Amino acid sequence: MTFDRTRLGFIALVAAGLVAPYLIYPVFLMKGLCFALFACAFNLLLGYTGLLSFGHAAFFGSAAYLSGHVIKELGVPPEVGILIGTLLGLGLGLIFGSLAIRRQGIYFAMITLALAQMVFFLCLQIKETGGEDGLQGIPRGRLFGAIDLSDTLTMYYFVLAVFLIGFFFIYRVVHSPFGQVLKAIRENEPRAISLGYDTDRFKLIAFVLSAGLSGLAGATKALVFQLASLTDVHWQMSGEVVLMALVGGVGTIYGPLAGAFIIVTMQNYLSGFGSWVTIIMGCVFVACVLLFRKGVVGELSGLLTRR
Amino acid sequence: MFEWLGISQQALFGQLLVGLINGAFYATLSLGLAVIFGLLNIVNFAHGAQYMMGAFVAWMGLNYLGIDYWWSLILAPLAVGLVGILLELTLLRRLYKLDHLYGLLLTFGLALIIEGGFRQAYGISGERYDIPEALNGAFNLGFMFLPKYRGWVVAASLIVCLLTWLVIERTKLGAYLRAGTENPKLLQAFGVNVPVMVTLTYGLGAALAAFGGVLAAPIFQVNAVMGSNILIIVFAVVVIGGLGSIIGSIVTGIALGLIEGLTKVFYPEGSSVVIFVIMAIVLIVRPAGLFGKEK
Repeated sequence: MTFDRTRLGFIALVAAGLVAPYLIYPVFLMKGLCFALFACAFNLLLGYTGLLSFGHAAFFGSAAYLSGHVIKELGVPPEVGILIGTLLGLGLGLIFGSLAIRRQGIYFAMITLALAQMVFFLCLQIKETGGEDGLQGIPRGRLFGAIDLSDTLTMYYFVLAVFLIGFFFIYRVVHSPFGQVLKAIRENEPRAISLGYDTDRFKLIAFVLSAGLSGLAGATKALVFQLASLTDVHWQMSGEVVLMALVGGVGTIYGPLAGAFIIVTMQNYLSGFGSWVTIIMGCVFVACVLLFRKGVVGELSGLLTRR
Repeated sequence: MFEWLGISQQALFGQLLVGLINGAFYATLSLGLAVIFGLLNIVNFAHGAQYMMGAFVAWMGLNYLGIDYWWSLILAPLAVGLVGILLELTLLRRLYKLDHLYGLLLTFGLALIIEGGFRQAYGISGERYDIPEALNGAFNLGFMFLPKYRGWVVAASLIVCLLTWLVIERTKLGAYLRAGTENPKLLQAFGVNVPVMVTLTYGLGAALAAFGGVLAAPIFQVNAVMGSNILIIVFAVVVIGGLGSIIGSIVTGIALGLIEGLTKVFYPEGSSVVIFVIMAIVLIVRPAGLFGKEK
């Protein structure tokens, strides 16, 4: 029963992804998918391990910069550029993670935020990032030397493929024995320790995976918009990804996907209203925390199972 | 004038003074965070926004109502403290039974609303706030010129920090506060109205942040993002010092301000990240923080 439902969900997701660009503006969809992958990666940490990172923009943004740089300046093919960005996310995740898991709870959030701010300052100072202008005009190039990505629809299907790979990977991680241990740590860490699990190690692996996938999302985003900028590494981006996961539903598989599209849509409609975007995002934060802590998907599935 | 390692004495002392001033702000802000965290178990992400509000209330008072600096120094913290009390009564109160993380997320949302509101109203270019007349000019200390206002900022914030420390460590009220941090239920059983105390504590923390904001107004530009910039550094300071000790947060704040100032002299490129690097080192060497206790 549940097996069939999961499979149906996946088929519906893939089908929707394939048809969507004929109904909705593909660039908007690509933006949504990049952020959805970012939010899913973040959710692996918050939703399934119970660790709130406030510095995920560091992985997203620095991967965008590095992959943009190697593609533009060194002329590597896009798939290699994205891979390099992902590797940077993994590496940074290893450093940040091994520092941050030394403290618990709120300190964890503060440490990741502070480390991410350090990355922000570095990106501000390094010449290669282009400072306030960012890295512009990153060429999309040819995928595997054959497929021309400058065509929007081709690019869309590439982004969809990247997203689906990331999404299924996260699904597999969550539903593996490893994922069960992560959930055990989230629910009751002392008990997981007493059962003999080296919880620090599990937390670190979850952190590194999440950071790597965030890097993948950032690198893909850089290729879509042909731009990497300081916005991508700013703390507000870290806040946005928290909000996406929260709105959609922390600890649900589809939640961050829904949340990312809700927030991206909101930003699109409000883009002409200046700082009102920030104000409304703040209001959504407050409303989510006070009223729907389970998020859209969490509340909906709650309604369905209650019936 | 002597030179040492190619650094002029003037530059060295100048940067040390800047460091001392920044350190005083770090100390004031991390003190407020520590007080709030102690009793409410909430990391107040809105702390930077409250600091910024203090500066803006002072600026608005001067430009719209003609309230001078000295009155602002009292009125702005009162106003921001009241706003804090309202927030605690209406919103924060609902979260105490939940995971700490929700308090953090709620105050982050509040910070976004407040910051966005001021940015929408005043832009990000920043407003000028003139130094009050009585503090114009400088003292000649022989080895350097000390602008009067900067000396005043350091003195005022240190006095406020030490007063707060004295109240918490040496008075009956402070004893209640420390008891509430240790065991609120037992304190309530002894007949102390803990919910009111919690509300007032949050108000006090917000007022402390606003006081720092008023002090900062004539030194930095008054703008909507002044709070979030300093808050992240203060978080690093808090991680280094640990939230457990009041005097610890004061000492750590000032020391890190001075270190940052010195870095500006000897290795300017590193000055924006030096505190974060120190945080990383402390986490490796002493994970609980310099003054923290491992739980």
